[in-house]
Amino acid sequence: MVVGAVGLIRLPDFYTRTHASSKCDTLGEGMMLIGFILYEGMTLISVKLLLLALFIFLSSPTAVHALVNVAHSRGIKPWKKGDERQ
Amino acid sequence: MIDIFLASGIILILTIFLCLYRVVFGPGVENRLIAVNTVGTKTIILLVIIGFIYERPIFIDISIIYAMINFISTLAIAKYLRRGSIS
Repeated sequence: MVVGAVGLIRLPDFYTRTHASSKCDTLGEGMMLIGFILYEGMTLISVKLLLLALFIFLSSPTAVHALVNVAHSRGIKPWKKGDERQ
Repeated sequence: MIDIFLASGIILILTIFLCLYRVVFGPGVENRLIAVNTVGTKTIILLVIIGFIYERPIFIDISIIYAMINFISTLAIAKYLRRGSIS
């Protein structure tokens, strides 16, 4: 999570920022929720946490994909080495 | 056992401030959208942590609903930017 946030700030271009932040967030959340499930043990709460982790694993990448698709159609060019920071 | 959740919650809040920097200074709409999406996914985890700190399982349901709302709103904004209208 922290690395995703730092990547969101330091990376030069829209696509690289998206690449860093969305991947780190999706997997970070999944691992945290699995950690909570292990802490909780076999109860109804861990079933809810499992459903939440499953939903986030499915929904977060599709949402970010939609955003990047829109950004691409609005004409944002990928960053090449040597360009100035966007 | 509580202080581990407390420490991770505080670290998450600090990372949210990092993302807020990008929300304010992002060059275009898309950068701001990605930052807001990131903040949204972080608040889901914060809700779960608060639920564990206060020993109230209702917070897990709140974070599930918040995850759904975050997903739907991101898609609606993407559709608005693409088509100019949501209808």
